[in-house]
Amino acid sequence: MFSISAVPIDPSIHHAALREPAAGACVTFEGWVRNRNEGRAVVSLEYEGYDAVAVKEGERILAEARERFAIAGAVCIHRTGHLRLGDMAVWVGVSAGHRGAAFDACRYIIDETKLRLPIWKKEHYEDGDSEWINCQAVPTAIARPVTLPG
Amino acid sequence: MTVHVAYFAILREERGCSGETIETTEATALGLYNALRGTHGFSLPADRLKVVINEEFQPWDHALSDGDAVVFIPPVAGG
Repeated sequence: MFSISAVPIDPSIHHAALREPAAGACVTFEGWVRNRNEGRAVVSLEYEGYDAVAVKEGERILAEARERFAIAGAVCIHRTGHLRLGDMAVWVGVSAGHRGAAFDACRYIIDETKLRLPIWKKEHYEDGDSEWINCQAVPTAIARPVTLPG
Repeated sequence: MTVHVAYFAILREERGCSGETIETTEATALGLYNALRGTHGFSLPADRLKVVINEEFQPWDHALSDGDAVVFIPPVAGG
């Protein structure tokens, strides 16, 4: 089950959904809001989602994980709205007969989630500036001046 | 034809609204984006975006139909 949540994620609710008699392993991943990105001090951020398509694409990712790995259950919840440092941005939980498939599927789900879901992140920085991540008109590596040593 | 365009994130901010209904003669999603970019000065070129039509990702040369719901997808940053 994939969902978008505009309110704080409570993993305990979703954790229960992973329980199955055949499951001998459970791997969960939590993504948190970090205080730095690319060397800049972050104070908060906003996630904005195209919810209808994010849910469709998220369900596709979970279906792919079920096809590729021998898992029992898979859940992914992504936050939207204004988040502060340490808040949970995303939660992934996978149960499986054995730990290998659970680790692999959890990694697959979070990696594909980051690549594919129509969700955008705006970071607010300590210096008052803000920026939509990955959306600079010129790619960051070119836009930022390179300081040579010496 | 008439299409319904929704804007998210950087495009929403640059356009100053979250959506609009547009009369267009553009045949494709790419033509529509480039026309809108010309009008509104969107910072990102089409090759940095994807396009969703009626809630499904489509290629840029997808032909538009009357009543389509079109969303241009800026580079994503979930997780």
